[in-house]
Amino acid sequence: MTETPILKLEHLGVTFPNHPVFTDLNLTINQGEFWSIVGKNGVGKTTLMRTILHQLRPTHGRVSYWPNAGNVRIGYVPQFRNIDADYPLTIRDFVGLNLTGWKWPWLSRKEKSAVQQILGETGLEKIANRPIGQASGGERQKAYLAQALVEAPNLLILDESTASLDPVTKTELLDLVQELNTKLQLTVLFVTHDIPMARKYSSQYLMLTPEGTEQGQIAGLTQQKVWEGENV
Amino acid sequence: MFSYEFMRNAFAAGTIIAIICGIMGVFVIARNMSFLTHTLSEIGFSGAAFGVFAGWAPLNGMLLFTVVSSVIVGQLSARSERREAATSAISALFIGLGILFLSLANKNASYATSILFGSVIGISAGDVQQMLWLSLLVLLVIFVIYRFLKFDSFDHTGARVKGLWTNALSITFLVLLALSVSVAAQIVGSLLIFILLTLPAATAKYFAHTVGGMMVLAIALALVGVWAGLTLSYVTNYPVSFFIAAIEAIFYFIALGWQKLQTAE
Repeated sequence: MTETPILKLEHLGVTFPNHPVFTDLNLTINQGEFWSIVGKNGVGKTTLMRTILHQLRPTHGRVSYWPNAGNVRIGYVPQFRNIDADYPLTIRDFVGLNLTGWKWPWLSRKEKSAVQQILGETGLEKIANRPIGQASGGERQKAYLAQALVEAPNLLILDESTASLDPVTKTELLDLVQELNTKLQLTVLFVTHDIPMARKYSSQYLMLTPEGTEQGQIAGLTQQKVWEGENV
Repeated sequence: MFSYEFMRNAFAAGTIIAIICGIMGVFVIARNMSFLTHTLSEIGFSGAAFGVFAGWAPLNGMLLFTVVSSVIVGQLSARSERREAATSAISALFIGLGILFLSLANKNASYATSILFGSVIGISAGDVQQMLWLSLLVLLVIFVIYRFLKFDSFDHTGARVKGLWTNALSITFLVLLALSVSVAAQIVGSLLIFILLTLPAATAKYFAHTVGGMMVLAIALALVGVWAGLTLSYVTNYPVSFFIAAIEAIFYFIALGWQKLQTAE
């Protein structure tokens, strides 16, 4: 299979006042790869994701999408969202929020069927009309994932999205992501502290440490290595 | 009741206000802007007082002050942690200015009361027409930016990640809110404007679970409040804003009770 790069980081560095978060980071991510991004708290994983999402301007280097930004659609699933028990929208409506192609205020038939399809794929069909504020933590995470997937992204970023889930729900969610990764060649960036899960699902890893970065095939990533990184 | 022209005008204006407040209210509630709406209404009072002082129609003074200040408030309070403090400071300043302008204009207390608490008899056919145009403008902009505004209001994190122009949306919404405040203040008065811009939508949130459903219900609740308020005010000769406030508050407390029952089950 030929490798098609989808995301390239070239000499990327972000420096906050008097504090370099990371410097000279080079990384090429090919279509259909499943990367785990690991490292202890504070090494810059979220900063890196925000830079990739163009929410943060790099101090040096650049982030480029291939073949061009227009062809890369990013889905992002964060760990937390500002949704309390009073939040009124149903899971179905919440998922549909991401459909912003300028048309009428209401969803077209095609858009409705896209929402319906993703609800089915994420196992949310039966509870689609329940207000998301009343859904469990696992159901909410699935809804966030469904919302990120409804526009058929080709790059999915899971930013510690499974951190607060029980092992069964976590496995369910990642099984689903893996299925999409295989079936649709969906490229995945999985930011996590969970090394066994990273080893189970991903093919490559990028480890951030205060000393620098390390990348390689997932077989080379051990808990020991991350602990050593944490002790630096 | 409808044989009087002022009552016909009041009902027409009330209907326009209920529709605009029902729609805008859903976004006000989703964006947690009840307090800011309250401040805009106080700024509206100051603007109306300035209008009187300058010899303009109070609505024009209100429009000027609320639109300009909504942009300033939007810039000042972009960071949420200082939003409340910044809003309080602006609110205090504008109430003070409002009192100063009224004093400079040599108007008596009843004029201030009518700006603060609204009036049924003061609405002319020309006022209704101006309110209609302003409301249509607000509705048109909402129609155009509806999907973006909906995403940003109900899932700010998702909208930012998507790269939507959330800051521009926020300021556009504040300007629309300023226009709505100025329109709605004509009947319920600037002090009680936030009743119609927050309570019907806050009530609707407990019964409807889609954005469209919440809008329809909020409009219906606002219409019932305004129409019943106007009728009761006509019959009893008590202030219309009292009736509207009481009706909307009752609806809200019923919704809270209903929600409590639902969660207890």
